[in-house]
Amino acid sequence: MEGEELTEQETALYDRQIRVWGADAQRRLTRAAILVYGINGAVAEFCKNIVLAGVGSLTLVDDRGVTEEALSANFLIPPDETLYEGKSLAELCSDSLKDFNPMVRVSAERGDISGFSGDFYSKFDVVVVSCCTLTTKKLINDKCRRLSKRVAFYSADCRYSSGEIFVDLHSYKYTKNKLDEAIECELQYPSFEEATAVSWSKLPRKMSKLYFAMRVIEKFEEKEGRSPGGVSITDLPAVLKLKNELCEAQSLKESQIPDALLERLVSSQIEFPPVCAILGGVLGQEVIKAISGKGDPLKNFFLFDAFDGKGVIEDISSRDA
Amino acid sequence: MASQQQLSAVKIDMDTIEVSNLNRQFLFRRSHVGLSKAKVARDAVLRFRPNINITPYHANVKDPDFNVDFFKKFNVVLNGLDNLDARRHVNRLCLAADVPLVESGTTGFLGQVTVHLKGKTECYECQPKPAPKTYPVCTITSTPSKFVHCIVWAKDLLFAKLFGDTTQDNDLNVRSSDAAGSSENSKDVFERRKDEDIEDYGRRIFDHVFGYNIEMALSNEDTWKNRNRPRPIYSKDALPEKSIKQNGSVEKNGSTDDPSSVSAMASLGMRSPQDVWSLMENSKVFLEALKLFFTTREKEIGSLSFDKDDQLAVEFVTAAANIRASSFGIPLHSLFEAKGIAGNIVHAVATTNAVIAGLIVIEAIKVLQNDTKNYRMTYCLEYPTKNMLLMPVEPFEPNKSCYVCSETPLSLEINTYQSKLRDFVEKIVKAKLGMHSPIIMHGSALLYEVGDDLEEDMVANYAANLEKVLSELPSPVTGGTMLTVEDMQQELVCNVNIKHREEFDEEKEPDGMVLVGWSQPSSTEKKEENHRVSDVGTSNSSRPIAELNEDAEISTMEETDVVPTKKRKLSTASKNATSPSSSKVPADTDNHGKVEEIDDDDDDDDVVVMLDGNPDNTKTRRVVTSKNLCV
Repeated sequence: MEGEELTEQETALYDRQIRVWGADAQRRLTRAAILVYGINGAVAEFCKNIVLAGVGSLTLVDDRGVTEEALSANFLIPPDETLYEGKSLAELCSDSLKDFNPMVRVSAERGDISGFSGDFYSKFDVVVVSCCTLTTKKLINDKCRRLSKRVAFYSADCRYSSGEIFVDLHSYKYTKNKLDEAIECELQYPSFEEATAVSWSKLPRKMSKLYFAMRVIEKFEEKEGRSPGGVSITDLPAVLKLKNELCEAQSLKESQIPDALLERLVSSQIEFPPVCAILGGVLGQEVIKAISGKGDPLKNFFLFDAFDGKGVIEDISSRDA
Repeated sequence: MASQQQLSAVKIDMDTIEVSNLNRQFLFRRSHVGLSKAKVARDAVLRFRPNINITPYHANVKDPDFNVDFFKKFNVVLNGLDNLDARRHVNRLCLAADVPLVESGTTGFLGQVTVHLKGKTECYECQPKPAPKTYPVCTITSTPSKFVHCIVWAKDLLFAKLFGDTTQDNDLNVRSSDAAGSSENSKDVFERRKDEDIEDYGRRIFDHVFGYNIEMALSNEDTWKNRNRPRPIYSKDALPEKSIKQNGSVEKNGSTDDPSSVSAMASLGMRSPQDVWSLMENSKVFLEALKLFFTTREKEIGSLSFDKDDQLAVEFVTAAANIRASSFGIPLHSLFEAKGIAGNIVHAVATTNAVIAGLIVIEAIKVLQNDTKNYRMTYCLEYPTKNMLLMPVEPFEPNKSCYVCSETPLSLEINTYQSKLRDFVEKIVKAKLGMHSPIIMHGSALLYEVGDDLEEDMVANYAANLEKVLSELPSPVTGGTMLTVEDMQQELVCNVNIKHREEFDEEKEPDGMVLVGWSQPSSTEKKEENHRVSDVGTSNSSRPIAELNEDAEISTMEETDVVPTKKRKLSTASKNATSPSSSKVPADTDNHGKVEEIDDDDDDDDVVVMLDGNPDNTKTRRVVTSKNLCV
């Protein structure tokens, strides 16, 4: 394919990964622009992975300041407090990330991007969001879908020792090599809103319980006007009550969402670092696949629970009756 | 791991940092290239977690200082090694010290994390791991059929002959029909004559190995009865024009002070390592690389060994392998590909390593908390199986016939009248049994041992023994003899029963001996629910954790991308195992595993997936649902 050759420096640095996905894919990576909105521990890990992989640029947005919770799971934040003065989380992380691979353009921006125009989003190939409300998530997802350019959308949420990744590649065409033959594949992805609107009773019996639990807590946060991740153990009775209401409304057996699971998810507001590494790793790999056009992309939810150690993929799309 | 509460750790790594590490070993920066991994990693971690205690050792984990007493100091050992030999060594030390071991490996998108506890779970060696691939000598010297054979020839024979230690044995002129009488000539042929023009010399070598040797091989009809005949290639045909002095002058290649920047490709104006060169281009590179070795690196000739990071060596080996491949009708490869094969490069990415690292920490924390029921072997798959990308499996019980953790005797079939003690030591004791400092005894007679404090006459005695055939040893070893082999550092004792056998198949059994008795586990009882780990010291989180890395790039089994395989039949609680096939011993695939699905309840919907991996075919999958996994 045409385009610039990889430089000698790039070939040397990326040698081991070029042996995995090829020089062509690497070239595409070096031209990709990534936007990240909201930096939690998992997303910090993701940023590290994607910078090491050698993308073209990474833009971070997160106006929050440093908190204790953030420090315990986000290894990009320098422990030296004197550096925090006047800097947003995004700016601090951006400074750290530049160090990992000087060939990647890492920068930070400020503002509530959910209000930004389509023009802003069209500068990017991939958008990753975390630590945002349900409303914001849907809004940004929607903005990405409205663009004529395909902008891949991902969300990553980590609640204590569990996590969830959502993938939306809209209408995605890619080539697969099967037994030396190149096959054209096409996948249709639903938006987050569409996917989560699928009636629970229609989902397979073996559906990951974590999926439902995440939806309950998400709903709770929205209902109570909480900031993302702002649910704590004291809220548990109210959360369980909401769970029962939702199960009834959705004709789902209450035991499909164990109380113990919900309790565990709200028991701590600190992310468990190894879970951040796992989510950040899977997310990183998905983004690399989407940019390079190589490999079967995940469709459309990935759920991990350290408690049982399973990393599960669920395909939740709207099904017509 | 550093985010957890007060802990102290020890990190052992003998490696220094290279540029190619930087795409995933994120504690290192470009400015650290050349420095000790253990030390730089420690510094990097302290920068974001200043309050923990890490002691780095820039050392080889096989060093005798890291003995059983050393290992006993730790609550848990985490391995991030890149070779089987070191892993086995650590496995044995952890068994001897009774310290839990968390093993792991990655290759590309695949990876796994496993937990090993003495007496409770399988040890790392309960399942035979595929050993690094070796090839029969005749395949390399006479009848290559794959590109890798050509690489091995170019690297271990031709390169070694021309640039390496000439006192070493070299099979380069071994021909299928006649091995005798050529050693005199070969020495003359490969040596450059006094004042011989370098290009003439290069062409002479070219013609000898790609022309003359092939013609000689062709003269033996039998070899080619069922094989494609190679064609001899002469330099006058591959590269007709004698090269005019190109812009290959030494200055063009950068400073003569830096041998590593000298490059035939650069000299010839060839840019991309991804290109597959034509026969002519390969021939040009061959001659140019040879010339550059003699004109810019003459001092090193006679002591060079192949190093994948030596650009000129890689160019030479690529070119030589390609010309040979061309001769034998084998597809040619790019320098990039050849380098990967010759250098045994493991492809690796940051993302898989991050996932595996997270899983290692999760298991390590379980170990520290003595959460024995919840230890898991976790497999990271490239393609989801039954919608699982990360698949946890309960650890299996120890293999009762594992010679490492269950003290089962082994048997060795060998020709006791022809094989020497040296063969036994090199091929069995060191290569197969993985012992580094063995002591070999026949009853009370010491046949051989390794040690620093041996007396001169003992050393001489052992040296003499090595050269004797087994049946002629001072304490003769014949059929029915039992030898005891021991490694003091690993605290491992093995009994080997000797069985005399006359003949061995040269291709299938190139070692001329076969170790048996290390069998697959047969039906074993289900893991008991009520196991408690006996308290080995207290699981006090302030005690140190050892983290061992020979290369922070952790890699899995050297040759196959196959995830360790097992099948488990649930209700009758019997287990079958298949081992990934190695190059020599055919896999003992005994697929009795029956598929059984238990109806799921409202909870406890855990799925355990076993893979039947055979690198030669596509994987077949069996799925079993289990109620025994924890919720």
